[in-house]
Amino acid sequence: MNETVREVLRRIGLATFVSAVLGFFALPLLWLAFAPFDANPGISASLPEFTLDNFRVLMENPYALASLRNSVLLAAGTAAFVVTSAALAAYALSRGRVPGRDALLYVLLLLSSIITGTAAMVPVFLLAFNLNLIDSRLGVVLVLTGGLLPAAIFLLKDFTDATPTSYEEAARVFGASPLQILRHVVVPVIRPGLATVTVWTVAQVWGDFLMPFLLLRDPDKAPASVIMYTFYTEGGQPDLALISTFSLLYALPVVLMYLFVSRRYGFRFHGGIKR
Amino acid sequence: MAAIAIRELTKVYPGGVRALDALDLDVADGEFFALLGPSGCGKTTLLRTVAGLETATDGVIRLGGKDVTRLPPGRRDVGMVFQDYALFPHMTVLDNIAYPLRIKKRARADRHGRAADAGRYLGLEGLEGRRPGELSGGQQQRVALARALVAEPKIFLLDEPLSNLDARLRLEARTFLKRLQRELAVTTVFVTHDQAEALALADRIAVMEKGRIRQLGTPVEVFRRPANLFVASFIGSTPMNLLSGQVRDEVVTVAGTELPVPAEARAHVTDGESVVCGVRPEYLDYSDSPVDGAFTGRVSVVEHLGGSSLVTLDVEDAPLHVVVGEGREPEPGDTGWALPRPGRVLLYRDGELVTGAENRTMTPLTKDGGPA
Repeated sequence: MNETVREVLRRIGLATFVSAVLGFFALPLLWLAFAPFDANPGISASLPEFTLDNFRVLMENPYALASLRNSVLLAAGTAAFVVTSAALAAYALSRGRVPGRDALLYVLLLLSSIITGTAAMVPVFLLAFNLNLIDSRLGVVLVLTGGLLPAAIFLLKDFTDATPTSYEEAARVFGASPLQILRHVVVPVIRPGLATVTVWTVAQVWGDFLMPFLLLRDPDKAPASVIMYTFYTEGGQPDLALISTFSLLYALPVVLMYLFVSRRYGFRFHGGIKR
Repeated sequence: MAAIAIRELTKVYPGGVRALDALDLDVADGEFFALLGPSGCGKTTLLRTVAGLETATDGVIRLGGKDVTRLPPGRRDVGMVFQDYALFPHMTVLDNIAYPLRIKKRARADRHGRAADAGRYLGLEGLEGRRPGELSGGQQQRVALARALVAEPKIFLLDEPLSNLDARLRLEARTFLKRLQRELAVTTVFVTHDQAEALALADRIAVMEKGRIRQLGTPVEVFRRPANLFVASFIGSTPMNLLSGQVRDEVVTVAGTELPVPAEARAHVTDGESVVCGVRPEYLDYSDSPVDGAFTGRVSVVEHLGGSSLVTLDVEDAPLHVVVGEGREPEPGDTGWALPRPGRVLLYRDGELVTGAENRTMTPLTKDGGPA
């Protein structure tokens, strides 16, 4: 009897705890789902007074849609740079003999978090200033690429290391050139890795605030993450209607990208662990 | 089709490991040749150096009379099958087989036609659209063979061609491989650590140790007359009995008995010399009654090999292996006698076979291994 009571209490306790944790994470998502359609959104999640008016207001904002386009440009540019350079570097590091290779990789990985972090804000700004890269999308793309590259190389090197060299040797015996080997054999074999790195890069750039905020002056070039920061009412209060609606639009592309890549490439989130 | 001529080939890896040590080797046109040895003996390095996947530190490799030592692998006109087959996982069977032709920039229709022909020849009909992951081990091996032969290379190189197959399939694939090589008559070199595989497949075998060839010969020569103790202990599914003894007049005292000195060694040994006496378990006749000049001891272990049994006799504390025919197996604990067949005892001194002439030519043998 006593046992049963204890068991029931244990289950009730567990269910309460799980519900609390679930609620903690679910409420912001509920807010994101309801607030954009609410005529008077607050900071609490509540059933909306349904309206699409918030979307109309957002469309009329001169910067909102352009900023999403800017975000796409920055993310695509950075992803292109990161994936191409990381694939070549990871392949070379995996196959060639580079003295002190592992030490080099770990040091780069350590430093990379500083490059795009607040600690290097001033030097990065000065560097961009002296290179005439202030207010240039290329500048932002290059700085972000620099910050993301070490981790991308690290991830991809895991994939190239796991690929048996006999694939490449077979191609070599049949007379394939190094670039042919890369194109015909290595890239298709590590494609899940390339997809992982692409998605990861895009997600990183999409969410990055500091670098574009620092390096882009012209609001016409600012990405969504920066523009969101400007949505205030005349009274200096956050414009919750605009912010919630924009947040929804801002979140959707990344979610869609995950779904698309997952469908197209059989992409699983590999992290750094070999299959 | 081409012969292979290798002169003074040396390969030193960075770090100083000498994988090949001034190695000379000739493989005749159309020959099926085995490189045999324990792991780390340099056999795979030799194959990879011939393929061009490793660059020689020193020496010359000629394929069909042409010096290819410094040529990249793609320009040596060799076909290779890798130990793990190295089939491209993202390509279909047909695309895999056609890959060498794709590199040679043949038109798609042409290369697919020829790949389909090669596939059909190797019994891969109906599998053209599959991916390597959907094939059995034996089928994967045949795809790898088809891919290696589709461009009609002069030389065929196989790295441990049977080691990735399970035991039953291995026998089947072995017969298949031998027939294929006979039909195509392409010079073929394969690497193996399995002496039974080398004996069964090859026309000639090179037994290697530490980057050198320790013996070169037909399977029969290598099996019957190992040139040194290394080959003697490496070849044979039941290793050769090696017993130390001493020469006295016309006989060798060994393990409690006296054996006549073999005719070929008679002029080359002196009285009182220490030698090692080698005799294969297959060349000992077992008897359960005393025989003159036979080894004698107590039977300690009887292992059934199927058609015969391997009997271990404790002869003066040293184990002696004897192969005993069906139905004649003793019981453990019996006392037995084992008499070497005449002409089958070999004497080794300082690890080398004691014989009439240095590098004397062996009795000519026909291709199937019998005396001419």
